[in-house]
Amino acid sequence: MKILLTAQGDYIAQRFDLAAEAVIATADNGVLSGRPRTIIMDRPSPENLSNMVMEENIAVVICGGIEERHYQFLQWKKIRVIDYIIGEHSVALQRFLRGELQPGDILPLSRANLSL
Amino acid sequence: MSRKPLAVPGEVFLEDLLAGIPHASAVLDEGARIVAVNPLLEVLTGYRRDSAIGVYAEFILRSNLPNGRGQLFQRVLDSGEPVSMDGDIIDRNRMRVAVRFTLSALRLRRNSQAVGILVVLEDISQLQAKAKSTLFGDWTTDIIGHSKKMQDVFNVMPLMAHTDASILITGETGTGKDKIAEAIHRNSARGKFQFVKINCGALPPELLESELFGHVKGAFTGAVRDKPGMFKLADKGTIFLTEIGDMPLPLQVKLLSVLDDRSYFRVGGETKERVDVRVIAATHRSLREQVDRGAFREDLFYRLNVLQIHLPPLRERDGDIRFLLDHFLGDYADHLGKERQTFSAEALELLLAYSYPGNIRELRNIVEYCVNVCGKSVIDGEDLPRYLFTREVGVGQRAPAPPAPPTAGREPREPRGETGEGESWRTVEREMILDALRTARGNRSKAAQQLGLGRSTLWRKMRQLNLA
Repeated sequence: MKILLTAQGDYIAQRFDLAAEAVIATADNGVLSGRPRTIIMDRPSPENLSNMVMEENIAVVICGGIEERHYQFLQWKKIRVIDYIIGEHSVALQRFLRGELQPGDILPLSRANLSL
Repeated sequence: MSRKPLAVPGEVFLEDLLAGIPHASAVLDEGARIVAVNPLLEVLTGYRRDSAIGVYAEFILRSNLPNGRGQLFQRVLDSGEPVSMDGDIIDRNRMRVAVRFTLSALRLRRNSQAVGILVVLEDISQLQAKAKSTLFGDWTTDIIGHSKKMQDVFNVMPLMAHTDASILITGETGTGKDKIAEAIHRNSARGKFQFVKINCGALPPELLESELFGHVKGAFTGAVRDKPGMFKLADKGTIFLTEIGDMPLPLQVKLLSVLDDRSYFRVGGETKERVDVRVIAATHRSLREQVDRGAFREDLFYRLNVLQIHLPPLRERDGDIRFLLDHFLGDYADHLGKERQTFSAEALELLLAYSYPGNIRELRNIVEYCVNVCGKSVIDGEDLPRYLFTREVGVGQRAPAPPAPPTAGREPREPRGETGEGESWRTVEREMILDALRTARGNRSKAAQQLGLGRSTLWRKMRQLNLA
């Protein structure tokens, strides 16, 4: 199963449409297989990001705020979306693999410096 | 989580402070983390206060501000200057909401380093939706006119909104000069800042200078505190100087220097005040004639007359009278919660033939009079204000009681084009003003309303006719 997390630095990007980075991880039965890879796009584009989700055969998208039309598109393509997540993407991924990540979760931050 | 008090003044709970703000608002600390939010922000973002406190604000707000690394927050903290920007957020319902963000620095003492930021998110989605339907496409939302002459005016207005040059609006009283000025301001880049209107003919010269440019404490007797003045209030926005032809010459010099240098001294002040203001001026007089008579500075005339709009009087706007009558009938019916009335053929013929020296203001007042006085569903000739019939008689005579016969429909124009019209019209005007003042028992506001004139216009006319 492939998981895509929208990213801005170490954090989940606060908006799907403004994300210019994505982290893609592959997991098998709740265990990561290989290191997650980061993809940097030319510019933020929700359409390009959605295309990437399709091309990469992503099963789960973990993101911050997402507009209804993009959310509905991903749902229509049978992709699970866990949105409104606040926190570091590595923590979000671990939580998801443990089956503990819910939409709207604010994750404990591992560092005091919140600058993006 | 316990409430955080603000250090000054006394013990103020931030939530109490934010509760008084009619928009979604939050207070951030120096690290741009949420310290307090109001219920409107909770509703907008979907995060309850207890969850949001301590979280970096951008995560909660989900805005599209150019603030990726918190540089906007830092700028406000460092400079202490407020920032206002339009953008959007994704709300709790996954909807993109247009928002005007205002970030202001919070200090414990004047001129000290900012210790926090007040963020106000004003939902402007309705405004933007309206602006999309009106911006340049339909300027007639507030300003009504289908005639060729008004369409010509509407055509040039968008061009004037796109520039920052001074504008001179000319036209008779009641033609809507202020509406045009406001529409240009609203649709210009300065639209979100102040539109300040001041009537140069309504104040004595000394007071006008203080109103326009402000004064410092002790500048003159009665100046008990500093006053910023209208130019300062209009900073980054537009100042609308109506009846500019009545501005005294010494003030014209000062206005010219503001237009040239964008700075001025307050009355009694020693430091220069810098302002960034667009000036729109209006007059019902011919400034060119005033320049020739020496009553208006030529250099100021050229400085103001960069762009010019002339508003035609209502009598020259073919077809607009009928349109405006219907519009105001509907408007007043809605306002008063009454059933919408109509004009009878006779009343309509009289109204369409009338010349409306007070232009749209007069027409609107006539309709208001009819709607209030007439209890029937059809407004007849006898329901129209009496003075409409007085005017048709002309020189110094009093009219017989209404209603006038329908055949007289083409008659009630002002005695224009007759020999000696200037003097005869002066006499009629004098009579009308005296009549109105008698009816209103000397109350100028009521008399002006009855005549379809502005209060200052009535005062000016009374001065001209040696009645004041």
